[in-house]
Amino acid sequence: MLRMALALVLTLALASFAQAQEKPADIDRSSTGGAQTLEDILNRQAGQKVDDTFRRDAVGSADNAAGIASQLGTLGGVSDPEMWRALRYGSADLKVSAGGEVATVVMQDGGMTWLEFRRGPLRTYGGWLLLGTLAALALFYLLRGKVRIDAPNTGRLVVRFKAIERFGHWLLAGSFILLGVTGLAVLFGRVVLAPALGKDVNATLLVWSKLIHNNVAWAFILGLVMVFVMWVANNIPSRLDLVWFRQFGGIIGNAHPPAKKFNAGQKIIFWSVILFGTSIALTGVSLLFPFEMPLFAKSFSVLNATGLPQLVGLGELPVALAPQEEMQLAQVWHTLLAFVLMAIIFAHIYIGSVGMEGAYDAMGSGEVDEAWAEQHHSLWLEEVLESQGSDTKSGTAAE
Amino acid sequence: MKAMMTGFAGVVLVAVCANLVLSNLGFASQDVHSGASVRLD
Repeated sequence: MLRMALALVLTLALASFAQAQEKPADIDRSSTGGAQTLEDILNRQAGQKVDDTFRRDAVGSADNAAGIASQLGTLGGVSDPEMWRALRYGSADLKVSAGGEVATVVMQDGGMTWLEFRRGPLRTYGGWLLLGTLAALALFYLLRGKVRIDAPNTGRLVVRFKAIERFGHWLLAGSFILLGVTGLAVLFGRVVLAPALGKDVNATLLVWSKLIHNNVAWAFILGLVMVFVMWVANNIPSRLDLVWFRQFGGIIGNAHPPAKKFNAGQKIIFWSVILFGTSIALTGVSLLFPFEMPLFAKSFSVLNATGLPQLVGLGELPVALAPQEEMQLAQVWHTLLAFVLMAIIFAHIYIGSVGMEGAYDAMGSGEVDEAWAEQHHSLWLEEVLESQGSDTKSGTAAE
Repeated sequence: MKAMMTGFAGVVLVAVCANLVLSNLGFASQDVHSGASVRLD
């Protein structure tokens, strides 16, 4: 009996000892704000009993919810679809930690329209415009051949363009060619370069294209300003230009219409370069500094005021544009004008090189033979010879 | 030909200078549109 009593006491003592061993230790959870700590996790992984009362009941309470209008408030009467509609249509009151107003636009329908246009019609029609222009020029060359100088060279040279004029021209030309090539690489890289050369080569080329395009742009702008300042006075349209148009500039047929320093064809090139080039430069700078220099909302507002868009059936152009829409419109306009200007410049390069005998000398050495000048710019030659004569006379008188 | 080469050299010079100036002034989108809580590199 006594032995049984001793066994019972021993069993109870061991059981209470074991119970004391399993009792979880008190853990300080102040560092986690009351949430579980690393010690809790390690205890659980070690198979030890974990007291989870600190979180078992932490399931929130509607009574403790933040007010509807406060930052962490519930949606209240707004359903999920309504919230997503607000995000889609830009009426949601979003707060962002970085990126400013731009980052508050999380969904933009117009982005898809732009994307489809960029990888569809813009590439297709732009590409065909350039290829078509090259084909037309090649065909023209086959049919017309090189425009020769009718009279034999006199051996007497006149200065057609001074060194600063030629520098400005080649600054503009060199930068435009680089911008054209790199711009085309950016637009067609994924569909032309990547399949032909591989994605890695395409990626490397595009990184360099972007770097060149972004920085050579400034040389283009400088060249544009130089060319405008130097030649604008000689490119004012005049009645003489009508004669040039009537005789197709002497390019078709054998007539040689009189012209001053620049004929009507060259004036078209000049104003195309100045007007399209300026617009391309403005949109380019707008794209270089994203969202800093929006152009289209204001331009559309001015256009609406003129009534032109309404007159041609476009209706009122949108004047409330998302920052991303501004960039998309800038990219499209920049590329459209660049395609048109490239096509025009193809024709300019053709006439200045293989299309006309002696034309390159004007921009190469800066000097042309009097026979060439008489044929293509007879009135300008007269002015030059007169001024040379008066210089000689005044020089003689001074002596 | 000399004027052409000088013009092309001018293109390179302007481009290199532009790159140096703009890089040092922190005009890159990466610099402009990032904050302490957003890293874009």
